Amino acid sequence: MNAARAGWIFVTPALLALSVFFLLPVLGGFVLSLTDFDLYTLADVHNLRFVGLRNYVRLLETPLFWRALANTVFFVVAGVPTSIAVSLATALLLHSRLARWSKVFRTALFAPVVTTLVAVAVIWMYLLHTRYGFVNYALGLLGVPRIDWLGDPHFAMPAIALFAVWKNFGYNMVIFLAALQAIPEDLYEAARIDGATPAQQLRFVTLPALAPTLLLVSLLTVAGYFQLFAEPYVMTQGGPLQSTTSVLYLMYEDGFQSWNLGSASAVAFVLFFLLFLLTRLQVALARRWSAA
Amino acid sequence: MRRAPSPLLALLPMLLVNGALLTCALASVFPLLWMLSVSLMPPGQASHLPPPLLPHGATLDNYRQLFALSGMGRSLFNSSLLAALCTLGSLCFNVSAGYAFAKLRFRGSQRLFAALLGALVIPGQVALIPLFLLLNALGLVDTYAGVLLPSLAGVFGIFLVRQYALSIPDELLEAARMDGANEFRIFFSVVLPALRPILVTLGLFSFLGSWNDFLWPLIVLERDELRTLPLALASLSREHVQDRELMMAGSVVTLLPALIVFLSLQRHYLAGLLAGSIKG
Repeated sequence: MNAARAGWIFVTPALLALSVFFLLPVLGGFVLSLTDFDLYTLADVHNLRFVGLRNYVRLLETPLFWRALANTVFFVVAGVPTSIAVSLATALLLHSRLARWSKVFRTALFAPVVTTLVAVAVIWMYLLHTRYGFVNYALGLLGVPRIDWLGDPHFAMPAIALFAVWKNFGYNMVIFLAALQAIPEDLYEAARIDGATPAQQLRFVTLPALAPTLLLVSLLTVAGYFQLFAEPYVMTQGGPLQSTTSVLYLMYEDGFQSWNLGSASAVAFVLFFLLFLLTRLQVALARRWSAA
Repeated sequence: MRRAPSPLLALLPMLLVNGALLTCALASVFPLLWMLSVSLMPPGQASHLPPPLLPHGATLDNYRQLFALSGMGRSLFNSSLLAALCTLGSLCFNVSAGYAFAKLRFRGSQRLFAALLGALVIPGQVALIPLFLLLNALGLVDTYAGVLLPSLAGVFGIFLVRQYALSIPDELLEAARMDGANEFRIFFSVVLPALRPILVTLGLFSFLGSWNDFLWPLIVLERDELRTLPLALASLSREHVQDRELMMAGSVVTLLPALIVFLSLQRHYLAGLLAGSIKG
């Protein structure tokens, strides 16, 4: 047996598994989104009809879809920049020569990332409780009146975004920290010789060196935040007044509560399409930015 | 003439940096410590003003009630079993593939690997509904196998192993071939020992990924006896939202195993995270 033959034998199990449990479903999902697959089809497959793009057209005419999209976009626009800013700030602090016990701090800051989402969502439901929650108690000490975080349509999504930032920022922090440690010390040396202040070093040495990492991190984070689901599922059930219904939550409800699997597949592909466009846009913007 | 700055002023930046770090670190771990504390409080104690920080008359009753009333023990078993099997499956499927892509040149391997990486842009949610129908047709909905099968092979795992396997010196493999060892023998006696650190990393990611997974088990599992911890906790929180001491005990049971596994193997986890994010 030669190495090339062994190569095929070694990759075949993984390729088979990926084809059957990923590739096939993705293609099948697109076909499914062009049908009226529902509870009746689940009972008897002869009820299946091909409906072309009707699921997509109907989706675009559904107010709840636009609502879910707007909610998700709000979550992304509020959550992603906040999360990246916190990640970058904590990475800079950890990287600072003045930081003591930075290993301990790093572990503490990173811990929420590996926690089980449902469990920490339950904790935060209590922390955000209107009457007995710590958040309102702490704000009350500063004179802020009580806020019904998860029960008020104006505050529910911001509260979930705050929770998501707490849960996720450590991930990007670790990536930023590695990028900071990779910046050659000579660059700072040269900047200091030229009389650059610490703020100028940050602006003209650190940030430009971090630009590629920043692009990568923002791509990954936007994609992740667009897939909002478990937080509203546990904390608000999509409410109040559908203010936390995300696109993926809509897909779950439509697909696995109402069993409209055809139209739910259309929701999934719209999400995919939007993410794809957004990724392209971010890469294009980054190119223009670095060329300028 | 310039005066030397006072010692306090010289200390100020150090205090600021560490003070800021301490504040952020406390904000990160406070919810977890608070959970632990409330889980030890007698029922109703947490619902007071000002919100108590430490239990008064600490008790393990919440844990007792949790395991007695809600089948939490069964869920703990389900989560552990599924995470262990998922780890094993991921190692079986991804390691040989990652190694082959790194070291065994076969026709089309480069293009195939590039295609796999390209598939990373497809969010997994797109596959969920057809995957459900596929497993339904196979009669695997509401079984352990239904939860496990889709997580056996993953592009991320293959990538992780491949990046690490690139560092195995070709001479090592050639020497083994000269000695007449066949490719399977080489894989088991030369390659696997060399890959040990990345096996730990991959295993850790698979374990935590399975332990923390929510959406797929939610879709594919229906029976109460098969529920994993996150599912059990989510349904418990809908029935027992008032019993915060009980809910916090449930959260502790769900979180603690994952946190312990992470803390004991932290170095491997961070190494994997960084290796996986340099694909851009």
